[in-house]
Amino acid sequence: MTTEQLMTLKTEPFVVNIGPVHPSTHGVYRMRVTLDGEVVLDIEPVFGYLHRGIEKLAEERTYTGFIPLTDRLDYMSAMSNNLGYCLAVEKLAGIKVPERAEYLRVIIAELQRIANHCIAVGAMLNDAGAFFTPFLYLFREREKIYDLFEMLCGQRLTYNYMRIGGVGQDIPAEFLPALAKFIQKIRRFISEYEFFLKQNEILLARAKGVGVLPKELAINCGISGPVARASGIKWDLRKADPYSIYDRFEFDIPTGENGDCYDRYRVRIEEMTQSLRIIEQASKQIPGGPIRADVPHLIRPPAGEVYAHIEAPKGELGFYIVSDNSIAPYRCHVRPTSLINLAALRQMVRGWKVADLIIIFGSIDITMGEVDR
Amino acid sequence: MAIVDLTFNSRLPMQVVPPDWPGNNYWWHWLFFTVVLIAFVLMMVMGAIYIERRGLGRMQSRLGPNRTGPFGLLQPVADAVKVLLKENIVPDSADKVVHWLAPVVAFAPVVMIFAVVPFQNGALLADLNIGILYIVAISSVSTVGVFMAGWSSGNKYSLLGAMRNMAAVVSYELPLVLSIVGVVLAAGSLSLNQIVLTQNIPFILLQPLGFLIFFAAACAEINRSPFDLMEADSEIVAGFHTEYSGMKFAMFYLVEYAEAIAMSAIITTLFLGGWRGPWLPPWLWFIIKTLIVFFVMVWTRTTLPRVRIDQLMALAWKFLLPLALINLFITAIQVLVWPQALPWLAVIINIAVMFVLVIIWSRLFRLGWGRVEV
Repeated sequence: MTTEQLMTLKTEPFVVNIGPVHPSTHGVYRMRVTLDGEVVLDIEPVFGYLHRGIEKLAEERTYTGFIPLTDRLDYMSAMSNNLGYCLAVEKLAGIKVPERAEYLRVIIAELQRIANHCIAVGAMLNDAGAFFTPFLYLFREREKIYDLFEMLCGQRLTYNYMRIGGVGQDIPAEFLPALAKFIQKIRRFISEYEFFLKQNEILLARAKGVGVLPKELAINCGISGPVARASGIKWDLRKADPYSIYDRFEFDIPTGENGDCYDRYRVRIEEMTQSLRIIEQASKQIPGGPIRADVPHLIRPPAGEVYAHIEAPKGELGFYIVSDNSIAPYRCHVRPTSLINLAALRQMVRGWKVADLIIIFGSIDITMGEVDR
Repeated sequence: MAIVDLTFNSRLPMQVVPPDWPGNNYWWHWLFFTVVLIAFVLMMVMGAIYIERRGLGRMQSRLGPNRTGPFGLLQPVADAVKVLLKENIVPDSADKVVHWLAPVVAFAPVVMIFAVVPFQNGALLADLNIGILYIVAISSVSTVGVFMAGWSSGNKYSLLGAMRNMAAVVSYELPLVLSIVGVVLAAGSLSLNQIVLTQNIPFILLQPLGFLIFFAAACAEINRSPFDLMEADSEIVAGFHTEYSGMKFAMFYLVEYAEAIAMSAIITTLFLGGWRGPWLPPWLWFIIKTLIVFFVMVWTRTTLPRVRIDQLMALAWKFLLPLALINLFITAIQVLVWPQALPWLAVIINIAVMFVLVIIWSRLFRLGWGRVEV
């Protein structure tokens, strides 16, 4: 070839499918990525590979019978899903939850937040290419939380622990001492983790300034949770619209400044510390008494509709239920945190490299069970 | 002619002697060493796989493979048997001939590197007087095999991985060679055996900056973390060997570890005094040092995240290359000033220079370019 021919060589973008079977799509997410060499020109998300029709199944179950299915939504934070759904039904039926159950719910939901953030941070670092070491270190800590949950209900992933009007069983006597011991240990662990990662040169180079999500875009896309807070939006439903008994506890809402991958990682680590504060306060104040309101097994809430939302580990998790005064919901809709948080992904990754696409996607922290339902 | 004469070790003078192993007859020597080399490479790869998997396990707070044999020692054998029994799949869209040829093209040069690496004084297949040039030349050939694999698979992940590999090797060859030149200047010879003989103190002390540059560039050349983005499993699945299975995959697996061992052996020879050491037999010293260097590579793999492709390029051209040039310049001046023998002062100067340069450069240096407007 002559020089002129070489200079005018035609190049064209090409399309690569990342997923549905790919090591770092956190399940079966699929992105049709248009690449110009290494640069991401465009992505087109494809999902639905894990669709199980959970919202439709709710119409076939009783109100209580749907609780196990909420575990399967975001299976990394099953307890929070339980809580969100139970709150919605309680709001609809006007059920008052006993004090002890409220405290248990708060403790468990915050433990679940720590467990979820362990995975979120670990998976993001794994996507950044740290060969499973941070992932497994965080899994080690998550296992301890799962041990606590196993103590409560005998399950380790899908708990089915909360009930409408309270919780399933009372805590065993050894739970609170074990919890206090765990809090001590995980504090030390978090500081150790900070020591290893906060100033890691490669992590800073990979995550700082990468995948910036501007404040306005985050609000316009309805993004919530740590992703929104990393962009500087001080929005946490535990403060903004306190449900359960969150107004009784002292805690801060950590926010980021730039909205990049590093901020999202930092916000999650900070939130783990704040959750520990809430757990400490709650486990000191926890009263005695019943753990479940006197609720019949077959609940027939009055006809009407309700929307209840909680601050799940990944963001705002809402349940919208329409009742026709029968034993099953007429319609149940889930506001899926993971799906809505993905809304800005295209704007976030355009112009970055393939490697950045993976770490940005990892930093959003989704669970496919919730995206597809 | 050896320039370094620090009279550190009183066992001087040393000379290239014929090995006391079988080898007085030319052909007998050739046959013996060929068999030994291939056996050595395979055994070392097995050892490397064991060290890597157990080491990864220990560092990740898990056990690692421990079911096959005592302490899981037979795990590499089990791995080998497994891949041998796997089905050999060739994709429809593959360029069949190139697809078959690629693993061999990648593997052969790696074994050939060991031909000039001395196991003890004079115990090497061919004492080439241009040994280090030969290594530089031959070690790049396996990249051709890698690119053949990536291109012929007819898979976009493979192609991306192969392109990354080419770009990385082309960039990192320069700092790699320039850091070797410093050693060559200090030793006054290109022959690896001669370089070892002149190392009365390990050259890591005399060439600390060169060692760091060589280690980083070697890691990038052989796809070790944090520069392993040619086969970045979280990004492009497995890079160039995505479409390989069975024995052909095993060949690439072998290449990966044989390259790591080869680079460890070269680092040992150039910077750590090769086979020299007290008490133990020389060949054992050589193996121990090689495995220690390999262990450091495993260590970095468990510890560090991966860099991005533009950061990889920036590191090569903006960080390693200028430092390698400065290192070469300083070494050349030292050899000019002290033509007979480098004094201990040179060691102190070079270590100080290393610290100053690395600190200054890392302050000035900004990785990567960030976002591109599309």
